[in-house]
Amino acid sequence: MGRFAVGQPLRRKEDERLVTGGGSYTDDLQVAGALHAAFVRSPHAHADILAIDTATARAMPGVAAVLTAADCDAAGLGPLPCRALPRHNRDGRPMPATERPVLARRRVRHVGDPVALVVAETMAQARDAAEAVEVTYAPRPAVTDPVAALRPGAPELWPEAPGNLALDWEAGDAAAVDRLLAAAHHVTRVELVNNRVVPNPLEPRGCIATYDAATQSYTLRTGGQGVHSMQSVLADEVLKVPKERLRVVQADVGGGFGMKIFVFPEYPGCLLAARLTGRPVRWIAERQESFLSDSHGRDHVTTVEIATDADGRMIALRASAVANLGAYLSQFGPFIPTDAGAKMYAGVYRFAAVHFQVRLAYTNTVPLDAYRGAGRPEAAYAVERAVDATARELGLDPAELRRRNFIPPEAMPYRTALQTTYDSGEFARLLDAALERADVAGFAARKAAARRLGRLLGLGIAYYVEQCAGGADETARIVVGGDGKVRLFIGTQSNGQGHATAYAQILADALGVPFADIETIQGDTALIPTGRGTGGSRSVPVGGVAAQRAATALIDKGKVLAAEALEAAAADVAFADGVYRVLGTDREIGLVAVARLAGPDGLDAAAAWQPAIATFPNGCHVCEISIDAETGVPRIERYTVVDDFGTVINPLLVEGQVHGGVGQGIGQALYEETVYDPASGQLLTGSFMDYAMPRAAGVPAIDFSMIPVPCRTNPMGMKGAGEAGAIGAPPAVINGLVDALAHLGVRHVDMPATPQRLWRLLQAHRATA
Amino acid sequence: MYDFAYHKPASLADAVKLLADHEDAKLMAGGQTYIPTLKQRLARPSDVIDLGAIAELRGITEEAGGVTIGAMTRHGEVAESAVVRRVIPALAALAELIGDPQVRNLGTLGGSISNNDPAADYPGALLGLGATVRTSKRQIPADQFFTGMFETALERDEIVKAVHFPRPEKAAYAKFPNPASRYSMVGVFVAKTGGGVRVAVTGAGQSGAYRWTAAEQALAGNWSPAAIDGLTVDPSGLNSDIHASADYRAHLVKVMAKRALAAAG
Ligand SMILES: Cc1cc2nc3c(=O)[nH]c(=O)nc-3n(C[C@H](O)[C@H](O)[C@H](O)COP(=O)(O)OP(=O)(O)OC[C@H]3O[C@@H](n4cnc5c(N)ncnc54)[C@H](O)[C@@H]3O)c2cc1C
Repeated sequence: MGRFAVGQPLRRKEDERLVTGGGSYTDDLQVAGALHAAFVRSPHAHADILAIDTATARAMPGVAAVLTAADCDAAGLGPLPCRALPRHNRDGRPMPATERPVLARRRVRHVGDPVALVVAETMAQARDAAEAVEVTYAPRPAVTDPVAALRPGAPELWPEAPGNLALDWEAGDAAAVDRLLAAAHHVTRVELVNNRVVPNPLEPRGCIATYDAATQSYTLRTGGQGVHSMQSVLADEVLKVPKERLRVVQADVGGGFGMKIFVFPEYPGCLLAARLTGRPVRWIAERQESFLSDSHGRDHVTTVEIATDADGRMIALRASAVANLGAYLSQFGPFIPTDAGAKMYAGVYRFAAVHFQVRLAYTNTVPLDAYRGAGRPEAAYAVERAVDATARELGLDPAELRRRNFIPPEAMPYRTALQTTYDSGEFARLLDAALERADVAGFAARKAAARRLGRLLGLGIAYYVEQCAGGADETARIVVGGDGKVRLFIGTQSNGQGHATAYAQILADALGVPFADIETIQGDTALIPTGRGTGGSRSVPVGGVAAQRAATALIDKGKVLAAEALEAAAADVAFADGVYRVLGTDREIGLVAVARLAGPDGLDAAAAWQPAIATFPNGCHVCEISIDAETGVPRIERYTVVDDFGTVINPLLVEGQVHGGVGQGIGQALYEETVYDPASGQLLTGSFMDYAMPRAAGVPAIDFSMIPVPCRTNPMGMKGAGEAGAIGAPPAVINGLVDALAHLGVRHVDMPATPQRLWRLLQAHRATA
Repeated sequence: MYDFAYHKPASLADAVKLLADHEDAKLMAGGQTYIPTLKQRLARPSDVIDLGAIAELRGITEEAGGVTIGAMTRHGEVAESAVVRRVIPALAALAELIGDPQVRNLGTLGGSISNNDPAADYPGALLGLGATVRTSKRQIPADQFFTGMFETALERDEIVKAVHFPRPEKAAYAKFPNPASRYSMVGVFVAKTGGGVRVAVTGAGQSGAYRWTAAEQALAGNWSPAAIDGLTVDPSGLNSDIHASADYRAHLVKVMAKRALAAAG
């Protein structure tokens, strides 16, 4: 099995099909007789809806239906639920619930808020009619910045949430931290912005909704990160029908990054339209519509303080943040700035106490939710920036300060100041390996050489830890057919990661069947009864263990049949390399032959696995970055990553994940800036003309390596790798820029560090220097 | 996109006639600006006249020591043209910096200058080289062609046929791309020509590309980056947006000019 075994850098099973145009994304699906949907969206950031006149639109050619909130109410549609409730304020009061209707009722709260839905025979007719829907608005003052939203007198979005405060939440021991900070030898304080980003997967969102009147059943085809949570949200809470009457199908998905986990208003809107018109309804977002309707990520403003003693030991950390929630509670909205990442404010260090407080603010912007890393990048950025600043203020080498404060391997499993237990980790070993690979020894010479060419060179280190693959269970079902094909049914959902390849490696190993014969079936509630979906780097670490256990169950089940066929006692039959053999004899029967004996459907078995605790992938990023002293243009010269993902199924897949994640992290650090006009609440960066994505030329070659320290709580030793790159990169890049500018007195650079921002810092500090 | 009648004339004369006959007709070259405009429903023409089938609008020829480039010539063709690379390498290099391969394979010289986006690159080259625009009606010197942001001297029923670029002694273009769109945020084209020094700035000015006359004077007797050291660029009249304020642009105009001069040698 060697060549296809776990641990081999196999090319993806999916690649040939996908790169030769064989992919099937939502927009590729042809559904006969489908109507086209167009949404009428609010042009205002905040307004009362005084009237909606749909008469003209309804009378236009090709128009099948025009729906508004009144139609949703008449059909009994529930609001889109927030599944991160209930949560409680620091003082124990419950977080007030606010409603997100499918189509805006009486008030719009962000530019792009859907107000009406038009379905027509052609896309052009739907758009023509959408333009003819007359909505009378009475604009209200708007607020888009979370800090401004919490100031007294700010325009309010919700009577239920006075002062726009959705939640005031904390984790850790405030009193202990206060005490340690007050008594500390030194306290370093950094104020930073974790900039708002728009996920921008290559494939925009879209859906095709159908309704079968005979069975009163809906089908939703859409790109997503798992069919079951969508089915449950939509059937249980929005459509209010038994789950069996909603089938959700997800075929190929062109990137999700967390955003595609969620149910958005367009999906129930199209399902309702399909029911009311008796026709399939299709909707595919245009890129500008994506900017105004996909959930965004990050958008925190944070103050971090680190207390150190006279020996350069970091004893306490306090982080206090304001996080933007947007106009509505998205499906996981309030979870992301709170529980999703809070525990990571302890970093990889032996703090005696840590406290994190966050206030969540409603604003007149698109709702915010999970984006690659979801809460953990915010924590890693805050901690690693503050650690670097501490080193600078104490006059210590940032690597040395980290080394001095790391949780040592001997202390594992280690319970952090935030009451979570890291099972394993060898932080100093990875740091040293990264510094070595990054040739930090030669940095001073390179810096001097760059200086002669008018470039300021800096070296940034970040050591991230994240938390993933915890919580929910996953179920895997395996069917070995008489035709020799092995089918894995699982409720995780590839968005491009290559799950089918990783799972096939696990099963090829466990079952001793050819890699090429293994197929992964995902993304259809009609075929897979349960599943938790893809998110939080969990698919292979959790789904892979479930698959391996299902394989074991299948082997055991087959053993009974094999024993019968071999006329032996089951206890005397052993399974290895795809063959059952009677011990001590040459009597044997292959797995596929056994599957044939099992009956026409072959042999099948299922198993579930639920992790008891999350895993903690960690690693070191070293970014060498230069700045053109005349223009402020940054350029990454060298990028090194050493990761500990525990046991890895396929290093090539993992490296791809790291490349993509680092690209997104560099995007956030250097390019991606989401700008709302503070007065009008209009999104000024609503297309790629103004929203800068990272490009190939801006993302350097990455020196990637791994030092795996197997996870002690995952049966296969896996820790997860999907989000890591996006978590480690922002602090590494910014620490590098601060290092490049430190001689001028610059202490912090906010993201995105655009040429203009860097030039301005150069100007300001040169003037005072 | 709203409905319109589509025409694809095979000759310039037919195109001119169509334009004259239909009051709300618009020309389309490679569609790189115009199709997105239509798709976003920002324009509602009665007729669209596709210039793609008019052979006489296409091609690159060496003429009077310089080069003449047909209006429908794609950016990619200019970038790769052996003639342009030999006669005015700075112009080929500029074309190479426009957009991405897809845009360069469809976008045209005529479309770019007729549109006169203040962030476009070609207007810098036309002003910097003292080019002449040949239209269906007349010849227009570059200095008179660009009249303001998205505005040109073209009349409603006038079609750009070609642009003639005289050969400079030395020339270079330095571009500072917008971080998002990669159009020029500041682009400076410098040329030492028989008729004197020309310095054209694109991307920065509120009314589109313009000539930086102070730099031209400073360079007249001393063609070197150091010659403009003493100059400062006044930010008033320069664009200010989320990517670059006027003062940053003013700073970049001088930096890019010096880089262009250094590259021109
Ligand atoms: C993604 C992208 C990136 C780009 N990046 C850059 C860049 O970096 N630098 C840059 O300079 N440009 C850039 N462009 C613009 C590009 O260079 C095109 O040249 C420009 O969009 C014009 O397109 P076109 O030539 O296809 O003309 P069209 O879009 O077809 O036409 C543009 C306008 O010119 C008129 N017109 C066209 N031909 C004539 C003619 N012969 N006579 C009279 N009027 C005419 C049309 O009526 C229309 O109003 C970019 C475009 C895109 C889409």
